[in-house]
Amino acid sequence: MMSNIGSYDERVKDFDWKISEDELGNKEGDQINIGWYCTDRICEMGKADKLALIWEGSTGNEKRYTYNDIRIATNSIGHYLRSLGIRDEDRVCLFMDKIPELYLGFLGILKIGAIAQPLFSAFGDESLFIRLENAQTRAIITQKKHVPKVRKILDKMPWLEFIIVVDHDPAKPLMEREVAFDLETAPKVDQLEIFPTYRESPSVLHYTSGTTGQPKGVKHVHGSLISQYLTTKWVLDLQDNDIYWCTADPGWVTGTSYGIIGPFSNGVTQCVLDAGFSADNWYRFIEKHKITVWYSAPTAIRSLMKAGDEVVKKYDLSSLRHLASVGEPLNSEAVIWSEKVFGKPFLDTYWQTETGCIVITNFPGMKIKPGSMGKPFPGITATVIDTDTHEPFKETGKIGLIAIKPGWPSMMRTYWNNEETYKKKFVNGWYIPGDRSSIDNEGYFWFVGRDDDVINTGGHLVSPFEVESALLEHEAVAESAVVSKPDFVNMEVVKAFVTLKPGFVASKELDLQIMNFVRKKLSPLAMPQEIEFVDSLPKTRSGKIMRRILHAKEWGEEIGDTSTLEDD
Amino acid sequence: MEDMHEIVKAYVIDEYVEDDTEITYDTPLISGGIVDSFSMVSLKRFLENKYNISIPDDKATPEAFDSVNKICLLVKEYIA
Repeated sequence: MMSNIGSYDERVKDFDWKISEDELGNKEGDQINIGWYCTDRICEMGKADKLALIWEGSTGNEKRYTYNDIRIATNSIGHYLRSLGIRDEDRVCLFMDKIPELYLGFLGILKIGAIAQPLFSAFGDESLFIRLENAQTRAIITQKKHVPKVRKILDKMPWLEFIIVVDHDPAKPLMEREVAFDLETAPKVDQLEIFPTYRESPSVLHYTSGTTGQPKGVKHVHGSLISQYLTTKWVLDLQDNDIYWCTADPGWVTGTSYGIIGPFSNGVTQCVLDAGFSADNWYRFIEKHKITVWYSAPTAIRSLMKAGDEVVKKYDLSSLRHLASVGEPLNSEAVIWSEKVFGKPFLDTYWQTETGCIVITNFPGMKIKPGSMGKPFPGITATVIDTDTHEPFKETGKIGLIAIKPGWPSMMRTYWNNEETYKKKFVNGWYIPGDRSSIDNEGYFWFVGRDDDVINTGGHLVSPFEVESALLEHEAVAESAVVSKPDFVNMEVVKAFVTLKPGFVASKELDLQIMNFVRKKLSPLAMPQEIEFVDSLPKTRSGKIMRRILHAKEWGEEIGDTSTLEDD
Repeated sequence: MEDMHEIVKAYVIDEYVEDDTEITYDTPLISGGIVDSFSMVSLKRFLENKYNISIPDDKATPEAFDSVNKICLLVKEYIA
């Protein structure tokens, strides 16, 4: 089968984003609304009866939606939000498991010009509060199972006017500011006036973690569709007959850019599995739905490797034709393993919340070098710059900072309420994602690591600062330092070094208590998987904790310069 | 010894269930999305502390932790 991109080298030569604009039928200055493009437009193209979404829950229950169904459902949600008084640019948070209302709610919010703020449903109340406070969110759409977390922080959130519960049990009372919305019984709205959004109209606010400070709200715009549509088509190679499965949760950017916007704007059928991980269940899902294109993450791939080759043989996975991966570097062993068991390699794709779309990647048909990130997407100018001079290296093979020329359609527009930090992401005319890499003599990028202390665990960024702050709120903790430690499945996991207050003694019980404390406050991702109780932490003479030393110890690296280390 | 099934079930409800979802000994915990793979580490730590055992990482699989019944079977293997 011919890939959508055809020849990478030919595409690079004469690339213009106009290719995407023309396919979308959109010119500069025209209205562009992602919600409309993902539903109404596909229906207008004659695919109203085509399956858009096949959803399966953890008990095997299934729901199917055609493009006309999702057009009407997103209209109904948009209409309901409008009836509450939600208007353009209001922030509406989606705080749900991977249920259909999450996918449909996202597009419904965009249709009325409001800003969708998806948050990972495993977030604890503190993580939720920080992000809702920053965005001054007006409404949150959630499930009854997550309502207790919202109630816990409600008093601190006078700006939050509506808690919309999509599966409310009528036998139970609704509390303050809570309203019930049932998509199945809600009036079906056939015609909704789409809010006239343009390329620079805000669309999505995704939160991401940095080394210091609070999480940052990455603001995207409706014009991002131009990048998301074409990268989906050329990198994920989605074609009309494909059955696509993106395993990412829309609480994170992959789950929206390539779990909602990309596949729906391309008019393909996608499947969603709302269940925890199990190798058997995943393979069964692929077999049952005859998945052809599968976009997943290195953590999941390594979990599948860990489950062994025998389980793969129990299922017919011959429908798979194209595999891709995102979230953290894909190690060469995983690429080679996938080739062995699935008969095709997972192709690594590199991007981040701020880039909104895939920027450096391996393409269908291109020579794959296992372990490499691949080459820049046509239209993306990427290089590696010297950390000191901020000039691109003239020689190949040198390690520096990845740098991208700003200006592609899905580039973030700012950090919400934090223009200052946004500006710091640009140096010498380049956007700096914060990752280190080298480029080989054939133009392939090779990932080296983060340029900061942010922990990438299972493809999700965790701020050591946030975890340290949460630890300090525990009654027994005097000081804390958080670093990553190596992990086969998740690449890195969170490790905490902790000193205790007088009167507290290190014990297995205290260890577990602190782990659970952080898990509930922040999220399971942020929970230290190991806590080491120590008498003191390494500090500079000015009293700053030197995470670098602890990190080096965990990774078996050279400690480096310790001249500023405080004397014992 | 107090019934292990009840102890494990009570711990799961206390720690991982936010609302009034009913948990039985057979409720799928991992595949059912009640306990995610990261939280499994704290559940494993609880079992190790409570029963003074050490469960090897390669035995602590999502499948082995998928219900109270399965967890109890696993724990019993390591209790001397």
